[in-house]
Amino acid sequence: MDAFGDLLDGFGTALTPLSLLWAAIGVLLGTAIGVLPGIGPAMAVALLLPVTYGLDPTGAFIMFAGIYYGAMFGGSTTSILLNTPGESAAVVAAMEGHPMAKSGRGAQALAAAAIGHFTGGMIGTLLLVALAPAVADLAVGFGAPDYFAIMVLAFIAVTSVLGASRVRGLASLLIGLVIGLVGLDQMTGQQRLTFGSLQLADGIDVVIVAVGLFAIGEALWVAAHLRRTAAEAIPVGRPWLGRDDVRRTWKAWLRGPLIGFPFGAIPAGGAEIPTFLSYVTEKRLSKHRDDWGRGAIEGVAGPESAASAAGTLGSMLTLGLPTTAVAAVMLAAFQQYGLQPGPLLFEREPELVWGLIASLFVGMVLLLALNLPLAPLWAKLLRIPRQYLYAGILFFAAVGAYAVGGEVVDLVILLIIGLVGFGMRRYGLPVLPAVIGVILGPNAEQQLRRALQISDGSVSGLVNTPFAVAVYVIVALIVLWPLLRRVPVLRRRAG
Amino acid sequence: MSGTGTPAAAGRRSWLREHSELGVCVLLLAVGALTLFDALTMHVEITQRGPVGPRTMPIAVGAGLLAVAALLAVDVLRGGRGEAEGGEDVDLSEPADWRTVLLLAGVFLAAAALIEPLGFPAAGALLFWGAAYALGSRRFDRDPLIAAVLSLVTYVVFNDLLGVPLPGGPLMGVL
Repeated sequence: MDAFGDLLDGFGTALTPLSLLWAAIGVLLGTAIGVLPGIGPAMAVALLLPVTYGLDPTGAFIMFAGIYYGAMFGGSTTSILLNTPGESAAVVAAMEGHPMAKSGRGAQALAAAAIGHFTGGMIGTLLLVALAPAVADLAVGFGAPDYFAIMVLAFIAVTSVLGASRVRGLASLLIGLVIGLVGLDQMTGQQRLTFGSLQLADGIDVVIVAVGLFAIGEALWVAAHLRRTAAEAIPVGRPWLGRDDVRRTWKAWLRGPLIGFPFGAIPAGGAEIPTFLSYVTEKRLSKHRDDWGRGAIEGVAGPESAASAAGTLGSMLTLGLPTTAVAAVMLAAFQQYGLQPGPLLFEREPELVWGLIASLFVGMVLLLALNLPLAPLWAKLLRIPRQYLYAGILFFAAVGAYAVGGEVVDLVILLIIGLVGFGMRRYGLPVLPAVIGVILGPNAEQQLRRALQISDGSVSGLVNTPFAVAVYVIVALIVLWPLLRRVPVLRRRAG
Repeated sequence: MSGTGTPAAAGRRSWLREHSELGVCVLLLAVGALTLFDALTMHVEITQRGPVGPRTMPIAVGAGLLAVAALLAVDVLRGGRGEAEGGEDVDLSEPADWRTVLLLAGVFLAAAALIEPLGFPAAGALLFWGAAYALGSRRFDRDPLIAAVLSLVTYVVFNDLLGVPLPGGPLMGVL
């Protein structure tokens, strides 16, 4: 269990010229995507899934990780200068960041956010290095019942914790599970929901579902409600911080990851809840209460640091459990390569895993170097004509779906799923549960059947390990969440 | 759509418009019924291994969909509303612009139909230009140029650099 030795080997992978190139492409694309309105990191990674057909896994994941963190950096730029956050994790950044920009302190807000992301990302990745092998060791003994329990937890958490309405989350999850059922049953070869069509017998590719729901659905939805005049961004100079600002922010930067990492590692914690908790914490600890609401720099520094520290990648790599939309799409990319994230990944693909983790450090440094001096340049991206932006999204969505198998029928399925995504946005059905349903559904079914096969059909076969029992207890707690919600601190968050 | 029919009919119409979310319930119900029907009419062969066959999951999911459809209907009738999703470029204060959505879907289908006869570079350029046009761009000097360059560059990157084959069509045969 020599994690730091493994990490050094990882740097051997991450510092090769080719890996550095993919990391650089990833952080550039990611920052651009984060700044661009309308494109989130999940959509970006979904649109780039076709590169997995031509690229080796290490390069692809180094690039995806760069996009993930780059989008975080870039997303706060949009929040601060435009007051309309694209990523849910960047909502909090607008609350203090935008008033700062309006009062002429945009440069300081951008600097506080960028350094916050850097600190948070570094600490979060260090925690990942320290904890992931232990979690993976623990998880090596997992059997079918344990995996099934984790997936049930993911399903319940993603439908119950995120979004305003549980029944709508559940509807979305079930839509995803139905899409996942289409095709041949993996264990018996039985056709399900294919209606005799050969095309459907192959199942609906996860890439098409992810691109359809995230990209086509979003583009059509925006097209139906396109703002006649795009919001105006506040012009800004090069980010910098005065000594007073540093004195106010450094503690916030360090506190952020303590909140962000644990919450990001649990399903449906994502980056949304920790950023808000960090905001509330900083507000309570601040010596400058009067500034809050009018541009308190701690309110930018803490939450941004928490967002980048989120242990999302940790639970995805060690348990195969996606806690955010980006992680879900990255999981789909692993499946494209026939890799199963989880404890065995650390044993079977150490070069890939540790190369990826090491490249996170490299990516952070690249991002800080890119974002501090170049922020005014990135802000220019906010002026892109929206017609080109959304036409481009449709274009790349079509490329991605067609590249899956070179079949025109895939494009038709893509459009249909896109229309489903449009309807979901119209009626407030969250998209993430559907994507998790498609990605984890077939796997969950297999684990369920395997577990029951071993126990010869007895339901006790699902709860015969302490770990599985513990997970079901957590599931029960989440289901009872509405009662626990009466706790005052949590109610303030909801309101 | 107003001013026609009796007040009762108009009232019914506005009630339906306000409760259009019930359409989601109907769709969920239909998908659930279809899934259940497919599972129940499945010929399970002797090849089934273990106590849980290929029918269990579809039956559970189908039944779940029926239940959720009912719960959602109750929620909507009690006044619950799904919150439409916001965003940077989304203006929810105005009604949905269906013309643009239909135009975009049409352009997308046309490009899909043309990708094999015309090849990817031509069909992709048409898709980009058509979509930009549908979204309101009218720069006839700039739009086709951007579309052509984007489509050609994408074709070369995917086909030649990444090794993901895309149909070149007659155009690439000439070049």
